[in-house]
Amino acid sequence: MPDVAVFWALGALAVVSGVMVFRFDSMARATYALLLSLLCVGGLVIVLGLDYLGVVVVLMMTIEMAIMAVFMVMYMMNPAGLMPMSMLHNKKGAAVLCTLVFLLLAAGIVLAPWPKRSGRPADDPTKALGTALMGPHILTMMTLGFALFATIVATVVLATRRGRYDRFGDDLRARTADDPVRGGVGR
Amino acid sequence: MAESAETAGTAPLWAVVLLPVVLTVVALAAAGFDAVLSAGAEHGRGAGRGARTLRAAVAPVREGIALLARQRRRTTADDAALGRIGIALVPLAAVLAAAVVPWGFRAVTDPVVGIVWFNAMEALAWAAVWLAGWGPNSVLSLIGGYRFLAQGLAYELPHMFALTTAALGAGSLRVGEVVRAQQGMWFVVWMPAAFAVYLLSACAMAFWGPFGHPLGRDVAGGVVAEYSGVDRLLLLGGRWLLLVATAAFSVPLFLGGGHGPLLPAWAWTVLKTAGVLALLIVGRRLVPTLRMERYMEFAWLVLVPLTLLQALVVAVVVLNR
Repeated sequence: MPDVAVFWALGALAVVSGVMVFRFDSMARATYALLLSLLCVGGLVIVLGLDYLGVVVVLMMTIEMAIMAVFMVMYMMNPAGLMPMSMLHNKKGAAVLCTLVFLLLAAGIVLAPWPKRSGRPADDPTKALGTALMGPHILTMMTLGFALFATIVATVVLATRRGRYDRFGDDLRARTADDPVRGGVGR
Repeated sequence: MAESAETAGTAPLWAVVLLPVVLTVVALAAAGFDAVLSAGAEHGRGAGRGARTLRAAVAPVREGIALLARQRRRTTADDAALGRIGIALVPLAAVLAAAVVPWGFRAVTDPVVGIVWFNAMEALAWAAVWLAGWGPNSVLSLIGGYRFLAQGLAYELPHMFALTTAALGAGSLRVGEVVRAQQGMWFVVWMPAAFAVYLLSACAMAFWGPFGHPLGRDVAGGVVAEYSGVDRLLLLGGRWLLLVATAAFSVPLFLGGGHGPLLPAWAWTVLKTAGVLALLIVGRRLVPTLRMERYMEFAWLVLVPLTLLQALVVAVVVLNR
């Protein structure tokens, strides 16, 4: 019973703070409202008995949102929310789309013939997750890993103003890199 | 994690109330020791040394009470709500992280994923410091907040690998299991690199000592520049709580937890924690303040490969066991 109460409380808080993301004028507030929403989702996952996944959601989302706050403040207009602003666009179209999607999903929940539960949950869900990821799903994980890594490298290459020719000269022969910030390893 | 509270190795319920008190007392002792060393370095030996030492030892308590009596400061167009949430989260995250640290062999709670929980709480404190820097609508505070975000990107990755290595050696994410795995040999013996990296990141996490740049003098105190009264107390005190929590967590991770001859388990935990704290407090005087972009390069080019190698060694040993 307390589990059910915690579940609904966390769920309600997650939805409310998710809505607040679009109500706040300040980008810092919007980002941390989103963080609160995601922390609640992490809590929900823990309540469902998946401790590892839940805590990892809390950990990763905290780090992610703290970084995202930097970008939100950097790129959005009016970052500190000192003047009113709205993040809503195409209100009517979005409302129609949302209603349709909601009805579709809700109809799916009600009408779908749900299968009876077969088997039982693993004794140690963390271990089960690990063996699944490292065993049958290793190909997916490796592909994902490479895709993510390639994305990171590509993003950095696109974003950086200075390439290796700026750092090591036109013939790449300079012994030490010419960087605006001195120090670090080997310099 | 509700069901894991009943497992063996958890302390009785009153420990929940005791934990913040113990953490505060240890933090006050550590800050007192730090102040004594500072006073000693300033005045050297000479007449009235004993009285000066005593005064320095209680200086943190005195300063804390003085801050309580001082008025809070508000700045123009500040975001007081966010700033206060950030400030409150720092000591709160420290206490929540310390909940999985076993005293002797019993922790307030010993969840199956205790190590990840500890890491998550540290990350929460990290995000909270930016909030505290954002709150007062002041350039210097915000610079401090951004500095700590950048610093986090430098220390967090090697830190996670160090935590992973300890978990790998024990084959479990449960802190109790990690302690049990060190019955014969402490992890520090065959994971020295992970231990060293952990100590570095413990200071970095508490934005303290060589990693105090987010609160640096060059930005007039950075994150705490605009804070006074109870706000300042919570933030600066929370920093000490974080330091104590992370230093204490190195004991179950690498120093065998409560294992040791003759003395009872809780005494060994206290002794080892005091030893780690003393090492950090004395050691910080030997290292200048690090700029995060320099530490970034060192962390990613030296520490990440080092911790990965360490994890590889441990993994090979564990697989051949």
